Amino acid sequence: MSPLFALIARDIRLAVRQGADSMMVIVFFVLVVVLFPLGIGPEPAILARVAAGVIWVAALLAAMLSMDRLYQSDHEDGSLELLVLSPLPLELQFLAKAAAHWLTTGLPLIIAAPLLGVFLNMRAEGFGVLLAALALGTPSLSLIGGVGAALSLGARRSGVLLSLLVLPLFIPVLIFGVSAVDASLTGLGAKAQLLILGGLLLGAAALTPWAGAAALRQAAE
Amino acid sequence: MGQFSGSGLGSYRGQRMVFRGLDFAVGGGDLLHLVGPNGSGKSTLLRVMAGLLPVIEGQISWDGAPVAQDRDGHRARLIYLGHADAIKGALSVFENLAFWCTMAGGGDAAAGLARFNLAPLADLPARFLSAGQRRRLNLARLAAIPAALWLLDEPAASLDTASEQVLEDEITRHRAAGGLVVMASHGRDPSDGTVLELDQYAANMADFGDAVL
Repeated sequence: MSPLFALIARDIRLAVRQGADSMMVIVFFVLVVVLFPLGIGPEPAILARVAAGVIWVAALLAAMLSMDRLYQSDHEDGSLELLVLSPLPLELQFLAKAAAHWLTTGLPLIIAAPLLGVFLNMRAEGFGVLLAALALGTPSLSLIGGVGAALSLGARRSGVLLSLLVLPLFIPVLIFGVSAVDASLTGLGAKAQLLILGGLLLGAAALTPWAGAAALRQAAE
Repeated sequence: MGQFSGSGLGSYRGQRMVFRGLDFAVGGGDLLHLVGPNGSGKSTLLRVMAGLLPVIEGQISWDGAPVAQDRDGHRARLIYLGHADAIKGALSVFENLAFWCTMAGGGDAAAGLARFNLAPLADLPARFLSAGQRRRLNLARLAAIPAALWLLDEPAASLDTASEQVLEDEITRHRAAGGLVVMASHGRDPSDGTVLELDQYAANMADFGDAVL
């Protein structure tokens, strides 16, 4: 196995064996969405109107929840030093860690999303676009969040700091993710929004590894 | 196998210069002991040698070529063993070592475990290991992964006498094969190898002014 895939496989194996962490993210996601009808009332038309936005905001928060653990345990047990010293370029390691994070949190969120769409009375025509938008948007969250996680290593209350650093950067993904679904439901077609989400993902994949690797080197000093 | 040297090295931790004007040279088959009281910069020097800390003053070189010009090559030739054991409790003993072998680009995890008498524990989740066993699992990287330069920060911490002997045998074997070892060891009287006293390079406060970046 190549070092790159070994790193992805290790993180997935750790997430599966410590299953509580991943489960918690999904349960949090579902709970947040379930709270909304209780808060704003059971009127089906209102719920249908806010469904895409609620699902996206809940997905953002759920992704944040698991983000601060991404490098924390490696930092604490000394693994980060060895990773920084291993021959595999740190930028690729950052991508591998982001990929593992997406596979263990982003992917389950996508799978749970249609169910919550039904729950919020979202029209069925929007499901396909919602899934496509989440599939393009959540990897960006893992990448951008990874930079925040690397930057906040060693800080006290790193979880809070991480949210403050990263949530503003999630705004473009949120805007275009929600408007993709809205556009498809109003019959305008979501191609433009999906292309922008794809562009954001490509931009994040190209830029975040450099920032993340620099932050990790700093943290390993 | 190579010549590892540094000249005029200076480094700081926090705001404090820990040493400056430090020279060292290690050749194939050499063992360099770093000795000095707590805080004299043994760990800092090892981390500078590994490339974890930037070189603030001076330069380190391998075979005469500055390491700063070939960081990837330098990382590929060294094994660094720090205070933390880099062990994941949820992975088995074998999986832990096999992962580091793969990351290093090759190695024989089974042989490494056997060398440090961990083979019977190979399938045990690593969270059940004692402190000494964790240290042995970390040390097993030395036997499993081929590398020219070993940078060991108090490797014998929490080892029993039998395991200390295995470690010494491994160091002897490595040196016989032309490998280089730099080891920080406080308190213990080094029986062989050369000794570098870090105390004599302690930065005095008069030098401090121009050392602040």
